[in-house]
Amino acid sequence: MASITMDNLGKVYAGNVRAVTGVNIDIADGEMIVLVGPSGCGKSTLLRMVAGLETITEGTLRIGERVVNTLEPADRDIAMVFQNYALYPHMTVFNNLAYGLKNRGLKKAEIDRRVKDAAEMLQIGQFLDRKPRQLSGGQRQRVAMGRALVREPAAFLFDEPLSNLDAKLRVQMRVEIRQLQKRLGTTSLYVTHDQLEALTMADRLVVLNGGRIEQIGTPMELYSRPETVFVAGFIGSPAMNMLPADYLRTLVPAEALAHVPQNADLIGIRPEDLALAPPAMGEIGLSGRLLLLEPAGAESHLHLVFDGIDEHVVVRLPHVPDVSEGATLQFSLKREKLHPFHQASGQRVA
Amino acid sequence: MQTKRMTFSSKWLPYALLAPQVIITLIFFIWPSYQALLQSVYRQGDAFGIRPPTFVWFDNFKALFADTLYLNSLKVTLIFSVGTTLLSMSVALLFAVMVNRMIRSRDSYTTFLVWPYAVAPAIAGVLWWFIFNPSIGIMPYVLDMFGYDWNHRRNSQDAMMMVIIAAAWKQISYNFLFFLAGLQSIPHSLIEAAAIDGASRMKRFWTIVFPLLSPITFFLMVVNIVYAMFDTFGVIHATTEGGPAQATNILVYKVYRDGFVNLNIGSSAAQSVILMAIVIILTVIQFRYIERRVNY
Repeated sequence: MASITMDNLGKVYAGNVRAVTGVNIDIADGEMIVLVGPSGCGKSTLLRMVAGLETITEGTLRIGERVVNTLEPADRDIAMVFQNYALYPHMTVFNNLAYGLKNRGLKKAEIDRRVKDAAEMLQIGQFLDRKPRQLSGGQRQRVAMGRALVREPAAFLFDEPLSNLDAKLRVQMRVEIRQLQKRLGTTSLYVTHDQLEALTMADRLVVLNGGRIEQIGTPMELYSRPETVFVAGFIGSPAMNMLPADYLRTLVPAEALAHVPQNADLIGIRPEDLALAPPAMGEIGLSGRLLLLEPAGAESHLHLVFDGIDEHVVVRLPHVPDVSEGATLQFSLKREKLHPFHQASGQRVA
Repeated sequence: MQTKRMTFSSKWLPYALLAPQVIITLIFFIWPSYQALLQSVYRQGDAFGIRPPTFVWFDNFKALFADTLYLNSLKVTLIFSVGTTLLSMSVALLFAVMVNRMIRSRDSYTTFLVWPYAVAPAIAGVLWWFIFNPSIGIMPYVLDMFGYDWNHRRNSQDAMMMVIIAAAWKQISYNFLFFLAGLQSIPHSLIEAAAIDGASRMKRFWTIVFPLLSPITFFLMVVNIVYAMFDTFGVIHATTEGGPAQATNILVYKVYRDGFVNLNIGSSAAQSVILMAIVIILTVIQFRYIERRVNY
């Protein structure tokens, strides 16, 4: 059990290629932090720097009270779950779990006990004599988890561990990993490009873009108050609609937008914040032509073009409305649901 | 298994396409093998036709296994092939591991390391014959500085050492390529996982990398033994000619000496038949084992 402190961490590869810049994250003991971002944003590099698989070229990394910048991976007291599981194919499941313990010179009885405990916790007890190739994807995933937790490390590192599973299994394993992590109370750093995985699993979420942190916060903080245009577009599905502020100013009376600063030139609107109804008092009214209706069971997605503007807008409704494509629809929007941004800096302005 | 069936418009075309390979196999493999089998059970006649060849059953084989020279040759072959295989495979593995760690210079090293394979065995033999020449060679000169008197013309251990080095040198390239390909096919995350699991570099190699290379190692072992036993005629012929005192007279070289130099055709044929049996056994072992073991 330990906290992890990243102080101004950076990574520059040979040839002056920058991968990670000025990352400051304090992970509390027992906290689950999810690093999320598009591919190439440096999230895996950052994780591998914490693991010791990549050298740290700038900043300080502490696990617990120790500075571990130059320590070997084995000496950092961490365990990692790899995207392809990285199970030793020539060893049985038992030996896969026991390998790290044997290397650390634990007594045989202690190894047996820990492997049995982990196997029971992950329900892989009956596979201990099998080789990894005789297991299904989900079972391999459990073995990889088991290999991490038998070591009883200070921290777990997960590198997109669910991306090789099919959708149904992914949801199931997501829940299991989160439950396990809460039960063990082990500090965890989890990398994913899947924003749903990130939102559902994280205590706190770190959105990375181009090797820099865009925003850190709880999932709901990031969702309800994105600090940058990038986070606004990245978190949430369907993505937040971005409309020019000038367009909105032409539609509604000036006092309706009084709370929006003058330097805001981009307004974000969550798809679910638009309601299919004429505006009530103090609400903003918008109308548009329906291009496509996507029913999705419990909800529906409406693709529209708003009057007088050439922007594609998506609206999410908690039901499937009885409307036909090509029709012009009236929407209402509460004034406090606007997310004003400054386009050039990409920052939120209010 | 589903196979795609190719149909030819002409009935004769497929036969014509197969013919060259079939003819070569018949003339250069099947017919000589048949001749060897036949001659191995005959005692040859004299040159003037006064005494015709006589059918002697397995007398040639019986004579061979009673012959201390032949038994010695078996022993020499065993030492030679095991020595060559061990040396060429271990050096090749070492090179492959070192080259695999490089990033930018990997391709140029690979190219250089593969060159010896293009050298004909006889040329390789001559090369090492010069290097180890007791009168003018560089190695005896260097060894002399350490107080070792190298002379492969007198000392049978020196002679064996030299032919093993010469034969192994050529085979290192081949082994190197296979080992390098094998190393590159091992996912890097396995090594990283082992590093996190607290295994030292050496331990990672022996508990993860080496076991995963085992199918390749086994394949190369069979190939190298076959090479050492059958393809090294040129090396021996160019360096020691089987000497001194039969110390490097391996089976293949003895077949040539007994048959073409000493003109004991019956015995030479019997020896080839034994060699043929050894090849067949090795091949069968290889296919059996490889099929069982290749997917770990």
